[in-house]
Amino acid sequence: MSVGLLCLILIALAATGYVMGRRRALSSAAGDIRILHSLPSFYGRITALMAGVPAFLLVAVWVVAQPIYIEHRAFALIDPADIPEGSSPQLVIADVHRLADGLDMLAAAGSDTAALVRDPVALKAALNGAGVALGNDPKPSTIVAAEATRAMATRARLVLTGLALVLAGVGMFVALRRIKPEYRARNATESFAMWLLVGSSLIAVLTTVGIVASLLSETVHFFELYPAWDFFFSTVWSPKFGGGSSLGIWPLVWGTLYVSAISLVVAVPIGLMSAIYLAEYASRRTRSWVKPAIEILAGIPTIVYGLFALITVGPLLRDWIAQPMGWGNSSSSVMTAGLVMGIMVIPFVSSLSDDIINAVPQSLRDGSLGLGATPSETVRQVVLPAALPGIVGAILLAASRAIGETMIVVMGAGAAAKLSLNPFEAMTTVTVKIVSQLTGDTEFNSPETLVAFALGLTLFTFTLCLNILALVIVRKYREQYE
Amino acid sequence: MSSLFTQDKKTTARNAAEKRFRAYGVVAITLALLALVWLLISIFGAGLPAFRQTFLTFPVTLDVAVLDKQGHALPAEMAKVTTIGYGKVLASSLAAEIAAQGIDTGGMTAKDLADMISEESAATLRNKVLGNPALLGQTISFTALANGRIDGFFKGRVTMESAKLDKNTSPEKLVLAGKLRDAGILSIRFNTGFLTMPDASDKRPEAAGLGVAIIGSLYMMFVVLVLALPIGVAASVYLEEFAPKNRWTDLIEVNIANLAAVPSIVYGILGLAIFINFAGLPQSAPIVGGLVLTLMTLPRIIIPTRAALKAVPPSIRDAALGIGASKLQTVTHHVLPLAMPGILTGTIIGLAQALGETAPLLLIGMVAFVRDFPGAPPSGLFDPASALPVQIYNWTQRSDPGFVERASGAIIVLLVFLIAMNTVAIILRRKYERRW
Amino acid sequence: MMKDLRLESRLDTLTNKIEARKVQVYYGTNHALKDVDVNILDKTVTAFIGPSGCGKSTFLRCLNRMNDTIPACRVEGLLTMDGEDIYDPRVDPVQLRAKVGMVFQKPNPFPKSIYDNVAYGPKIHGLTRNKAELDEIVEKSIRKAALWNEVKDRLHAPGTGLSGGQQQRLCIARAIATSPEVLLMDEPCSALDPIATAQVEELIDELRAQFSVVIVTHSMQQAARVSQRTAFFHLGNLVEYGETGQIFTNPSDPRTESYITGRIG
Repeated sequence: MSVGLLCLILIALAATGYVMGRRRALSSAAGDIRILHSLPSFYGRITALMAGVPAFLLVAVWVVAQPIYIEHRAFALIDPADIPEGSSPQLVIADVHRLADGLDMLAAAGSDTAALVRDPVALKAALNGAGVALGNDPKPSTIVAAEATRAMATRARLVLTGLALVLAGVGMFVALRRIKPEYRARNATESFAMWLLVGSSLIAVLTTVGIVASLLSETVHFFELYPAWDFFFSTVWSPKFGGGSSLGIWPLVWGTLYVSAISLVVAVPIGLMSAIYLAEYASRRTRSWVKPAIEILAGIPTIVYGLFALITVGPLLRDWIAQPMGWGNSSSSVMTAGLVMGIMVIPFVSSLSDDIINAVPQSLRDGSLGLGATPSETVRQVVLPAALPGIVGAILLAASRAIGETMIVVMGAGAAAKLSLNPFEAMTTVTVKIVSQLTGDTEFNSPETLVAFALGLTLFTFTLCLNILALVIVRKYREQYE
Repeated sequence: MSSLFTQDKKTTARNAAEKRFRAYGVVAITLALLALVWLLISIFGAGLPAFRQTFLTFPVTLDVAVLDKQGHALPAEMAKVTTIGYGKVLASSLAAEIAAQGIDTGGMTAKDLADMISEESAATLRNKVLGNPALLGQTISFTALANGRIDGFFKGRVTMESAKLDKNTSPEKLVLAGKLRDAGILSIRFNTGFLTMPDASDKRPEAAGLGVAIIGSLYMMFVVLVLALPIGVAASVYLEEFAPKNRWTDLIEVNIANLAAVPSIVYGILGLAIFINFAGLPQSAPIVGGLVLTLMTLPRIIIPTRAALKAVPPSIRDAALGIGASKLQTVTHHVLPLAMPGILTGTIIGLAQALGETAPLLLIGMVAFVRDFPGAPPSGLFDPASALPVQIYNWTQRSDPGFVERASGAIIVLLVFLIAMNTVAIILRRKYERRW
Repeated sequence: MMKDLRLESRLDTLTNKIEARKVQVYYGTNHALKDVDVNILDKTVTAFIGPSGCGKSTFLRCLNRMNDTIPACRVEGLLTMDGEDIYDPRVDPVQLRAKVGMVFQKPNPFPKSIYDNVAYGPKIHGLTRNKAELDEIVEKSIRKAALWNEVKDRLHAPGTGLSGGQQQRLCIARAIATSPEVLLMDEPCSALDPIATAQVEELIDELRAQFSVVIVTHSMQQAARVSQRTAFFHLGNLVEYGETGQIFTNPSDPRTESYITGRIG
């Protein structure tokens, strides 16, 4: 039975549970709902929940755990001698999966799989005919493992179906047994619901755990294949397909910081001055259309900025500045990416700064104006110093955004890892290399691919620190004026 | 005593400084708005031509001798004739039409004529004939896509000078194209195929469309909506209404704020490691994209939802609790409905962000070239598909300049979706916003 | 009372510092202040009293054009200081406010040091040539504000760290550091406890020697204690204006009487 069908049956069972629970509660009270502790629908709900939720949880856990367990068992069946020279156990396991899937397909098409399994050559031919491409002739132990995988998968699905249905039945039975007029069905339902709420809020925590765990485990894997010292302290980045790559992070970090710095040089003055003007000078009408217009910049997807860099800004800078001045002739450059990213970051600076400037109490402005200060003196000498921590927080958040930005640099900054000062040269960043190393054709377990996880971990740690620092500063600032 | 009516030097200087400071503000805002306008003009300028396309309409004689050598009109036998055969039929029919209209081709060969028609059209014609063998032997009026270079000529992308250096076209072909237009064979019309057709290979920008990408994006948005809205609301309700205020919930709060600011590419790495490598879900599938975008969107839904819940005044809760409603009933009957406009606005804006997100999708293999439409959900969620922003990225990576126009056009489509979503959010907010 | 009588005899010899003729103030379409005619004397404390929303603070803010910062606010009529129209287009509000200082309801020290708070006005107006002069002005102002002994050892500590009464006296020191000719005070004691209030009131009495002080207050006792002249506002009208003793002992308008006997307000 497929998982989808099983889920449908479980939903039907839960629905039945609702109807039965409600009816049983009504009949236990002889139709007089005033005797019941809770409304009849609560008796239905608790029955439905007890029938459906544990079984669903079982299915969810099973679906995740089953492939891992089966793979583990199948791996034990593979003859170590059958692992080809230069290949890895993971690749053989992939072959096993492909074989098992292929056999399933053949069986579904009505072939005699039992006969094919005994004849590797015919098997390969049959599989190729069915559209499953196998690299090498299947080894006997691989075939055994594939067969075992299929058998285990079939058995596992049967067991799962049985267990889930039994669990649902037991749950429903227990719930129905409990129904009496004095049974506190509403409280039971609510504590059930409370667990769902808690579970939902845990997903956010699990996401972070998942990010850290996946990045850490593959990074550790990477450092087993490539020395951490070279990664952190080498200034050369040149991945090679045949091995012997230099994977020093510094050229990437330099590119990232250079692009981010340019973007902040563009965005901070423009964003801050816009925020000051909107908060202190602009009339209500001007503010009501200028503020949303600037915020449109934050709503535009980064791919749009990427294309803008690629087709407009890049060629413009190259033809009008870089080439005439002899600074380079690449249309993708640090300057292109930094300029476009600066435009993207403007609203991050201006919106948050605007909020923060508005949070400065009016009494401070009155105090300064009452002494005969001009509005600009008030802004520069009273409002800005008071808002400074919040503005620093806003700029840190903008910096974090710039450092983690991917599409603009992928399309605008170039791919050459370089340690250069010339902003009109193409350079590359951490995010660009994460994309290129993970979308390339290299084998997953090579250092050239795994380095992306180490880069990702570096990026995550760095932005995490910036974000938390910014959040703490902004929060402290808000508390000060609340 | 100094008079108020005369300004001393110091005051004059201070007022000048005041004017300068104001001017900086105006300049900053002008720069920001100019950047926005520049961006939009550049994208719309490059993208609008993608919605118009050059077509060749002429009678095509479906020659039985070429297309069905056995003459049995059986699809299985006819399938042996490849698109090359159909291409020849198209070319000879075009040549015949040109001759019939008495247009001077300037001594072009049949192959040159064939080059003016998109290779995609031969495939379209083949599918049409295989789907309806009764057409064999008839002469039908067929509308073929013109080759990308011919199309580019009418849109100003290809000029006579560039054509001289281009081995895919020649000035003679462009001259002939102009004559065909005068004769009414060639026309430029609205391009519905751009929205409905799947992607096309590197040599055929004229045939590339957004069909698969739009479906893929819709599937992903569906997954995000179905998962992120209930989970996000449940999490917000717990954190805002039930959670005790202690170090643990403080940690969750900081964690959510941080997740909202984690670079999106990190979510791509997470998706690759968890959903593809660990759980074994297929690459390029909308379900994986949807799950990754769900995780990314969750904090962006939770933050506005909590703000909306917080905005409901405590007096409402006190009133409900005071007449004996349970806390959960108070929340579900009173607080949530009152906060709903704010929650929906936040959700729509979160969805709009997810719709435009590219980087994480690159890592879970959505860059793959996908021509087949995914099936109907739910199983279609596991079929390979593309997504709007990834399709745009994909097109920018191709060499034929015709794809830049396609990518910009696709951005217009993406922006139209985003504008629609944000408009709905703004209307919701305007209509239901309540000030307590 | 004895003290007041002695002073009242002097009032006739003093000149008008500010004169208001038919002043109207509108907030959008709301006519907030109607036909106000007042002469504010030099070297005198003038109190504005009246129930909440009667327009007394609005009028106070007209005197140094603080209302300019509220976009919807419009002022009509004639307001002169030393015979010069305050609302004349040639007048720079910045220069005006240097002459007409203001102290607000809530103490609002800037988030800077005590020294920088007081030095702010002299600095922006360029009143000193060097640091020594600035130091001198700061010390003099803080002394005048009767705060010197409490803060002389921590001039560079943040002004926000002082107690409420100290903060308000700091704000007064800040206002008098630019040597204004008129000092406007908008309910300066409403956020203070009785002891701090007594200190500020004592200070106001001393300031009268140099400035013309205008104080808005909610408390009739305070008006009686510190002022020589009192104006009673009600619903946007100036109901009665005269010597403090006369207003409190023998009001001519029945509304004034109702207010000071506690029947309205």
